[in-house]
Amino acid sequence: MPEPRVAIDIEIPSDVSYIEGVVELAALRCHELHIPSRKCTLNVRVALAEALSNAILRGNGGTGRHVRVRAMVSDDALVFDIVDDGPGFDMNSTRNDPTTPENILREDGRGLFLMHRLMDRVERFVEDGNVVRLTLNRE
Amino acid sequence: MSFAMNKQDEVVVVDVEGQLIVGNRQELKQKVLDELERGEKKFLIDFSRTGYIDSSGLGVLVSLSKKIREQGGELRLANLNDDLQTLFELTKLDTLFQISDTRERALESF
Repeated sequence: MPEPRVAIDIEIPSDVSYIEGVVELAALRCHELHIPSRKCTLNVRVALAEALSNAILRGNGGTGRHVRVRAMVSDDALVFDIVDDGPGFDMNSTRNDPTTPENILREDGRGLFLMHRLMDRVERFVEDGNVVRLTLNRE
Repeated sequence: MSFAMNKQDEVVVVDVEGQLIVGNRQELKQKVLDELERGEKKFLIDFSRTGYIDSSGLGVLVSLSKKIREQGGELRLANLNDDLQTLFELTKLDTLFQISDTRERALESF
């Protein structure tokens, strides 16, 4: 089986204005890799936007640091690592179901939910920074 | 990405051009709240030229809907593409908003 290869490896300033450009680059690479179009336009764009937003606002706690985005592609999956260099945060601390009647009118609390619904796997670990790993299976 | 606003009869129509995400959601919120403060009650957000919406964008729509309702007004949505429709269904926000297929139908519904 061929080794996974690098599809994206970039570092951006910790600033939300950079999110849109990274997301569009990822969607473009996704299309080039012949992953089903709907997964590129919806799953990749929204889940990656959420992960970047979390890394910048919660992981790094704002500006002055950096966020690294790596994407590896294999025959089976597209895997994004979003790495911030902040003190880390508990991804499960806010893991309420935003679709319940008591939560649906809340303004926040949908980011992690969307990542889990739009990706096949969401992991968090520490390795040269705080890593959120999003795995999207090709099929 | 930008927000074009115009008035059709008594309805303030907002076109979201590009994405509605963490970087621009406050701009949309402020523009709509300014109109609400001026006494406008009926709002339609048209997503025909929108790429995607993130969770903070969805949150702003929920927040605006609540504030407009508190003032006796109404916020309705139109022209969600398949991706946006899926996003609203996943989050069950399709049950919170009145959503029309076209701008014309949405305007007629007020």
